[in-house]
Amino acid sequence: MRRLLLTWIVVLLAWPLSAMAAGEAVLAHAMRPDVTDQASLQRGMQLFVNRCASCHSLEYQRFSRAAQDLGIPPDLMQAHLIFSPELTLDDTLKSTLAAEDGERWFGVAPPDLSLTARLRGTDWLYSFLLGFYRDPSGPLGVDNVVYPGVAMPNVLEPLQGVQARVCGTTTAPVSGVPRDSVTGRYRSCDLLELDQPGEMTPAEFEAAMFDLTNFLAYVAEPSRVQARALAPKVLAFIFLFGVIVYLLKRDYWKALR
Amino acid sequence: MRAPLQGFLRWLDARLPLTRMIRQHLTHYYVPKNLNFWYVFGVLALVVLANQLVTGLWLTMSYTPTAEGAFASIEYIMRDVEYGWLIRYMHSTGASALFLVVYLHMFRSLLYGSYRAPRELVWIFGMALYLVLMAEAFMGYLLPWGQLSYWGAQVITSLFSAIPVIGADLAQWVRGDYLVSGVTLNRFFALHVIGLPIVIVALVMLHLVALHEVGSNNPDGIEIRSHTDEKGRPLDGIPFHPYYTVKDLVGVAIFLFVFAAVIFYFPEGGGHLLERPNFEPANPLVMPEHIAPVWYFTPFYAILRAITFGFLGLEAKFLGLVFMATAIALMFVLPWLDRSPVKSMRYKGWLSRLFLALFCLSFLALGVLGALPPTPLRTLAAQGCTVLYFAYFLLMPFYTRLERPKPVPNRVTIR
Repeated sequence: MRRLLLTWIVVLLAWPLSAMAAGEAVLAHAMRPDVTDQASLQRGMQLFVNRCASCHSLEYQRFSRAAQDLGIPPDLMQAHLIFSPELTLDDTLKSTLAAEDGERWFGVAPPDLSLTARLRGTDWLYSFLLGFYRDPSGPLGVDNVVYPGVAMPNVLEPLQGVQARVCGTTTAPVSGVPRDSVTGRYRSCDLLELDQPGEMTPAEFEAAMFDLTNFLAYVAEPSRVQARALAPKVLAFIFLFGVIVYLLKRDYWKALR
Repeated sequence: MRAPLQGFLRWLDARLPLTRMIRQHLTHYYVPKNLNFWYVFGVLALVVLANQLVTGLWLTMSYTPTAEGAFASIEYIMRDVEYGWLIRYMHSTGASALFLVVYLHMFRSLLYGSYRAPRELVWIFGMALYLVLMAEAFMGYLLPWGQLSYWGAQVITSLFSAIPVIGADLAQWVRGDYLVSGVTLNRFFALHVIGLPIVIVALVMLHLVALHEVGSNNPDGIEIRSHTDEKGRPLDGIPFHPYYTVKDLVGVAIFLFVFAAVIFYFPEGGGHLLERPNFEPANPLVMPEHIAPVWYFTPFYAILRAITFGFLGLEAKFLGLVFMATAIALMFVLPWLDRSPVKSMRYKGWLSRLFLALFCLSFLALGVLGALPPTPLRTLAAQGCTVLYFAYFLLMPFYTRLERPKPVPNRVTIR
């Protein structure tokens, strides 16, 4: 009986994990967001409003809520992070670019990014931001290894510099490429190499993209900040409740035997 | 203080069977004393159902049931409504939790023969509940109006069109449109928040009343009511209250701990509770690459897809639908398929154990296969599992009579 039970528990636990492992292409970079790191979120928001917000909206994210969750004083937010005179603290981060203009200039309207981190995942977002390279064949002169045929120019090029796509080997897993059993490396022609340096070193740029992705992860689920704060209290309460009812149960059932 | 209260209770009892109900269903309702771990899931199902009703009520206060406003109203609940995120996650996680505990509750029945006479009606009400719960979950899943919500509803409602002759008209009648649209959303909303919950609550009451009429089964599968003391109380029975109320509370606490941990730390459940494509609003013009139902429907979805061949001039899609419907319908007649002289797996022979194990494994395997995109090998595996699934039911009248059961004790045993 006990054996049967254990087998069941193992099966029930292992099943979702095995299902999760299937599918899903391997991305070049993994990114685990940390919404408790306020400094990172603040830098990410600064990057967003300066480099992304003129085209991309966050139609569900209010400035006031970000001020509260990110620890930014409202007057500083108003002075340094809200550029459009039409927007107030209680508004959401709407871009000033009209959808029709976006469609006319880029072929598609720049998507709203409120939920992108949950739709595509932070690994994808981070890899995408680091994945631009020079490609003279396209209309924009750039392409992206994560999203081939991307309709967006590399607006971060001044910071990052220009990357070139090269063939070579790497220790990081590459999607669809088998691992060489002798060297333990992956051979791929999707590797990126910095060709012209930008304002930031590669390490600085990666850190900046981490912050930007982190901010978008926060925007996709602001409640995570509250959930993390509330969880220990609720779990402690239920645990205490469990201990009390267990003692109660033991007491009642003792009389029975 | 005591005297006026007792006076009020007397007044009430003369007008309402309050004390009688409490005695009949709690303090003088005798339950076998050897119930184990598997018997907690009925209470847990009740707890999660209550959670769904209460959180659902609060979600309805802020939700907009229109194609234009539904998706944005969910984000409004998640961001601007006080504790809206918590209520929403309790509801979305609760749906999966309800199916998990219901599946374990059903497994308990299969294990100890709780569906056998005199509990056939308890089982049938339970199966009816399961069926209505599936409809309830399916309709609720459309309401967030995400990509997978939309296309899941599109795929499932299009199954009706596989029925010969009346199919196309029936599918259109169910949707209220040629495709899933705002009209479909409105009617699914009405059924999800009013129509089906009323049926579910009524069925839960019937399930419980029928159970209390015949009394609980137990891991030994023997009737405690056949051994009573001079007052007619079962010798192996103990009152439900306080013994099982306190014992169930321990189970409830453990369950709530896990449930809360999922809600706070893994509300997406690795993409099984909330799927990634559903963070994009429904778009009738762009079909997602891979459409799969939520995990609790995938075993039946796998059976549907496993039928890749037509037969006797019937289309494969229609035949798949027939197999899927039969897979559920067979569970209803289970009490009459089991011909074993004993109820519990403890005393059944190895054939029954083997078939039950194969049935459970095939059900789990179908669940995994139904969630994955089909490949020829996976379809073959799903076909094999479908055969095992049906073998459990269709061969039951034979293997339960063929095997030699172990002797059943007179009185319940405690392990």
